[in-house]
Parts: sequence; structure tokens; C-alpha cells
Amino acid sequence: MTTMTDPPQADGFRIGQLINDTRYRSYTFQAIALIALIFAFSYLAYNASQNEQLQANGFSYDFLSAPAGYDINQQPIPYTSQDTHLRATVIGAINTIIVAFLACVTATIFGVIAGVLRLSNNWIISKLMSVYVEMFRNIPVLIWIIIIFTVAANTFPPIAEFRLPRDGSDPERSLLFGMFAATNQGVFIPRLTLGGTGWIVITTFLASIVGIFGLRAFARHKLYAEGKVVPILWPGIALLIVPTVLMQFLLGSPVGIENPEMGRFRFQGGFLMRPSLIALWFALSIYTGAFIAENVRAGILAVSKGQTEAAAALGLRSNRIMSLVVLPQALRVIIPPLISQYLNITKNTSLAIAVGYMDLTGTLGGITLNQTGRALECILLLMLFYLTFSLAISAIMNVYNKSVALKER
Amino acid sequence: MADTSSQSVAFVRTAEIPPSPPPVTESGAVKWVKENLFSGPFNTIMTLIGLFIVFWLLSGLIPWIVNGTWEGGDIRECREILQGSGGGCFAVISERWPQLLFGFQYPDYLRWRPAVAFLLLFLAVPPALFIMFLPRWTLVASAVYPFVAYWLIWGGTILAPIFAALGFIAGYMVFVRAEKLKGFVAGMAAGVLAAAVTWTVGGWIAGFGEDFLALETVESRAMGGFMLNMILGVVCVSLSIPLGIVLALGRQSRLPIVKGFCVVFIEFVRGVPLITLLFVANVVLAYFFPPNSNPDLIIRVIIMITMFSAAYIAEVIRGGLAALPKGQYEAADSLGLDYPQAMRLIILPQALKISIPGIVNVAVGLFKDTTLVSVISMFDLVGMIRGPILSSTDWTGVYWELWAFACVLFFVVCYGISQYSQWLERYLRTDHR
Repeated sequence: MTTMTDPPQADGFRIGQLINDTRYRSYTFQAIALIALIFAFSYLAYNASQNEQLQANGFSYDFLSAPAGYDINQQPIPYTSQDTHLRATVIGAINTIIVAFLACVTATIFGVIAGVLRLSNNWIISKLMSVYVEMFRNIPVLIWIIIIFTVAANTFPPIAEFRLPRDGSDPERSLLFGMFAATNQGVFIPRLTLGGTGWIVITTFLASIVGIFGLRAFARHKLYAEGKVVPILWPGIALLIVPTVLMQFLLGSPVGIENPEMGRFRFQGGFLMRPSLIALWFALSIYTGAFIAENVRAGILAVSKGQTEAAAALGLRSNRIMSLVVLPQALRVIIPPLISQYLNITKNTSLAIAVGYMDLTGTLGGITLNQTGRALECILLLMLFYLTFSLAISAIMNVYNKSVALKER
Repeated sequence: MADTSSQSVAFVRTAEIPPSPPPVTESGAVKWVKENLFSGPFNTIMTLIGLFIVFWLLSGLIPWIVNGTWEGGDIRECREILQGSGGGCFAVISERWPQLLFGFQYPDYLRWRPAVAFLLLFLAVPPALFIMFLPRWTLVASAVYPFVAYWLIWGGTILAPIFAALGFIAGYMVFVRAEKLKGFVAGMAAGVLAAAVTWTVGGWIAGFGEDFLALETVESRAMGGFMLNMILGVVCVSLSIPLGIVLALGRQSRLPIVKGFCVVFIEFVRGVPLITLLFVANVVLAYFFPPNSNPDLIIRVIIMITMFSAAYIAEVIRGGLAALPKGQYEAADSLGLDYPQAMRLIILPQALKISIPGIVNVAVGLFKDTTLVSVISMFDLVGMIRGPILSSTDWTGVYWELWAFACVLFFVVCYGISQYSQWLERYLRTDHR
């Protein structure tokens, strides 16, 4: 941070100036740094080139188009063991994104609830939340994942208890609400089925979500331009529900729910959430939820009491104080660490390998790597995926941060 | 004038009566309960739910602990002793604790050595953490500890750690002298050179005196159990703090090549999960070592974890550097300090103080992340539980007790560290708020 400038010297350039003159010293250092870097990297590259295993195998991604030859237990897109390694990799990536997304949503819910409740006046509740936060923050997430996996795989009842006995009596256990069954093979949940025209209903639903944002923008415009308060809560809810239900009704219910049903030996229909998915999802969300709770608490505490009091002095009602004064300021503190928690969740999904969930680390970094022996290629690709994902999220976060940053001098 | 009326008027009280106590609902425990637990319907419901959760947890936990048994050689004996009383089978801990703590490959007759090293930790750590209450010379204990611990845990001749320590001392002394004469950069170069010379000569001498005060050597791959977590955590955190400072300064630097390298390194490491870096340590890193060298897995893992945490610590310290008012930099400049002086005397002491909570967070996170090495088949605490212990026929199915043990160990260490950092933060707060 030296900002001194030396007086210009009349006599020309001397070698000593490379070290003693601040104008040239930085070039000297950079040259040294560059030479050291080049030297270090060429040393590593030379060692790699001398490695017998690498010499024998070469470096190529041809294996991606070879048949994978292994099965994947959770297939968001169709896959057989005859498909290529590339397809297995893609399935792994989709599985990573599925569990990361689910965990982000539930972690936020857990975190917000726990963070708010930890500030509650209720002594028991706030202490309980402190215990929750401290317990989960101070014990490794890997242990939580394994514990929940153990619970899901060992303490849930076996499928046999759901079977209809031959004598026609009631089975030992029945489905919860006729929809859910927690077994040691996993949890069976209902599945959405799409009929031929189902996509119209889905599109309608998405369009109404866009419509709600439009409504909000319109209400704000009206408020700023004419000072009129346009109600948005009930119209918004109506907009969310009515068109979709109407469309579903008009097209003759193309979107349906398929409940799991007990066949002779196994469940049929529905969707099976395996213990590995449950363990990963639940452990990541409850673990990260504890961190998010601390962020939320800090965010709420960061808004000084004077802000609330000033808003009240201006005559705002308490819900307006919350939505117009406290929340915008608290969110500015909460959102950046929240996004980095989402990044942590995404990176921690790689722990799937410990419970056998077939995410990207399980397919590309696990079985594909072991079968093909192409460690360097597989790990580079694996890192590239996570890196792209992280950098994309941080880029979005930077844009957001700029937009909400305090505009000062 | 005084009290004529009080003496003359019969119905006027002459002495003050003592104040009557507040109503019982407005004082003491009752008031507290009313205000904190039952103020309004919502709060009452929450209290009841909370009480139910506490009851449910305790009613499960207490019989499990109280009725549990610490006797028994395997799960069948354990079940016999318990007779279905719902207690825990803690016998697994009393029987397998050496494995849980030291791993299953560390020779049993040598276990006293890591145990002594662990006890010495309690002598070495307080000077480093509480130097403000202790005389300065006690820091010698902290400085000597790493070398003693290395000697105790790995064994070999005592000459090796002695010369390693001498190298640091020689490097430091030469650095101090040379810096006075020729400035920081020359001092650094001379110091590194002196240390390198000492290490080379020392390694040569230690090669001759292999049996001088030698303990039996233990292979790196024999390390396991909670000891492995501790070793990885302590070594990687202490190595990554200096590296993190260098990276943070590099990222703030105005030299584009240095800055670019640091940015790329930090963002790359922070963008990938630790598991992938451990895979690198496990299968790829060996490609980049000279063909005939075969560094231990533990060394490769330490390299990768150190890089990982250094990137995170660098970001924390960068935050501290950025939080300093610009005036501090300008004041340092106007005093005529050059860059190394300004950093060492003005900027870094303040920036590091701001970064303490963040650094401790990274350290706690890193310590928890050391469990990930179980994924690349190293037998740390988690690896030991999942592998040799739960898969042995003696103890298959005793997961609750084992995982509870692991949870308690990690919780004690991590919670302790975070409480220390909160205390230190309050202690170092010099602005009067």
C-alpha cells in the first residue's frame, strides 16, 4: 500500500533501481513470482510426464462414450446399465441438483423458524433452539448423515408389515393418510402423473406465478404514481389457484396423484425416497438450518430498535413496519451468508458417497472412476462441475449484493 | 413547626408503615413464569409444545443412560446383562476405546505415547491461548510442543525434531539480523536459506545418529481414531493460518500476477467440495511427485486440507483487511513505513484481531471436516466406527452408543473452541462501547 513516489532521477537507469526504486521494484517482484510459478508448474508437469501410469493411459475423455455397465438406483431420466458413462454422469449431476435444491428449501425453513424462535421471549423455546443450534453446529455433518441413514434403514418397519395377510385380516401397518409409508427400504410418497394435456395445466400454473409478479409491479406502480393502495394478497392467492384448478377441471383432470399401493409383495406406484436420499436431504437441511438460524438471528438483531421506533413514530402499523422497515434492512444482512450456506449445501451433497446416494460424486467420482481408472480426467470433470455451479451462484449473489448495497457517498 | 399536627390529630399516623409485598402473581418466580412462558395463547401453546419436546427427549435419553451397562465382552453378553431394560450397551465403548481413540493399527504397547502427547497438549495450549495472564516465557512450552508431540507419536531419533526446531530458530535469528541490515525481503531470503542449511545438515547428522534416544518408529498409516482427527485438525489449522495470511495479502496486492494467482487459487479451492480435494490426495496427487518418492497418504491429505482451509482463512483475513479504515493505511504511509513494516506493525495486528471469530469458525469447520477422510478409507473416528467396529460380529448393531460417543467428543472440542473465541473477542474489544 505504499503510495510514495520517488522524485524523478536525472541520471539514467541503474541496475540497483530494480530493487531500490519503488517504480521498478514491483516489476522485479512480479518477474520473480512469475519465474517461480513457471518453475513450480513445470516441475509438477515434468513429474506427471514421468509417471508410468499416466504414460500408459494418456489423457483422454473417450471413456465417456463407453457403456457404463453399472446400475443407478435413482433415475430422474431413463437409464440402463448399457448407457454411456456420460449419461451416468448427467444422471449424477441431476441427482446432485435434486438433493441440493430440496435441502436448500428445507434448510431455509428450519433456519428461519429456529432463528426467529431463538429470539422469542419464551424461555423454554429460546433455550431449546439454542440447544438445537449448538448441537448441530458443533458435530460434523457426516456423522449426522450417517446417523439419520442408520435411523431410516434400521428403525423403520420392514415392508412385510404392510402386506395384506392371507386370512384377509388387516395388515399390521397401514399407509398414513393412504399416501405415505415409511419402510426400511425407503419412504413411499405419492407421485404426480401427467396425462396427455397435463403440460397445459403446468404451464397455466407457471403463468399465474408470473402473473402474481406482474400484479405486484402494477400495485407498486399504482401506489407510487397515484397513491392508491391496490390489494394484492387475496387477488394474488386467487390468481395462483383459480386458473390452474379451472384448467384442470376443463381438461378433465390430466394431472393426477398416484398413491403407492400395496401389491402382493411390494409397493406399486408412488415414488420411493430411498434412505440415502432421506438421510442426505434431512441431515443437510437440519445441519445447515442451524447455521442459517444464526444468520437470521444476527440479521434481525442488526436492525436497531430505533428503526422500529422511528417507523412507529411515523404512524406505520406493525405489519407495515415489518415489511417496509425491518425486513428490507434485515435481509440485507441475511441474504449474503444465506447464499454462501446454499453453496455449502451444494458442496456438502458430495458426502452422498458415504451413504450410497448416486450423485455426481457417486457416479463420476465413484464407480466410473474405479471402473475406468481415469482418475485425473474424472476428478477434473467433477471439480469443473462444482466450480461452475459455485461460480454461477456467486456471480448471481454479487449482482444481488450490488443492488441492495447501501448507496453511500 | 415540626409535627404539631401529628401530635395533636388522633387519626394521623405517626410512623410510616412498611410497604406491603406485591401480589404473589406479580413477583418472583410466578411473575417470571407468567411473563416468559404464559403471556398470551400463542406463547402458552409454544411452552406446552416445548415442555412436551423436553419430556420426550429426556424420557428417551435418561433410561438409556441410567440403565445402560458398561460391562460385557460383546453384544450378546450385553443384551443378557440389560435384560431388555432399554438401557444403552456402553460396553462397546469400554471395550473398544483404544481403537476409537488411537485406531486399530497403532501398536497397543505404544499407546502411552500418544496419550502422553495428548496430556502434554494441556500444558502447551494454555500459554498460546491465555498468554495475557501468563508470563511470556511459558510460550516456550507451546513452541516446543509440536516437536515433542511428533517425536512421541511417530517415534524415531530425537535428533530429527531437534534439528527441525533448530532450523526454525536459526532461520529466525538470521532473519532478524539481516532484516536490520538489508530490509525485509533480504532478511526473509537469508532466513529461509539459513533454515534450509540447518535442516540439510541436521538431516545428515540425524541419519548417522538414528539410534540416539530413539523411540520405536510408527508408520503414518497406523494413525487412526480420534487421534487422527486431532492430528489433522491441529496440523492443518496451524499450517493454514500463515498460508492464509500470505494469500490474503497477495489478493490485496497491486501486482497483477501475484493477485491473479491468489484470486484463481482461492476461488478454485472454495468452489469445489473438500471430498474432491481428498480424492486428489488419494489418487491424483501422487502423479505430481517425483517418480520414486512415495509420500504417505496422511502427508498428501494434510497438503490438500491445508490448501483447502488456507483459502477460507484467506477470505476471512481479506474481510478483516477490508474492514480497516483507509486512514490506517494512509497513516502508515505518512509515517514513512514501507510495505512489510506497515503490514507487520499497523495493518495485520488490527486486521487479525477483527478476523479472530472468522478464523475460529474456519478452524471448527475444518476440525469437523477431518471426518471426511473416512470416505477415502482412512480410519479416523468415523471410519473406525463404520468399519472395524460396527462390522465386527461382536458389536454389529450397537450404533447409537458409538455415534453418541463420537458426537460427544466432537461437541466438547468444537463447543470449547467456539466459546474460547467468543471470550477472546470480548477480551480484545478495545473500543469502548
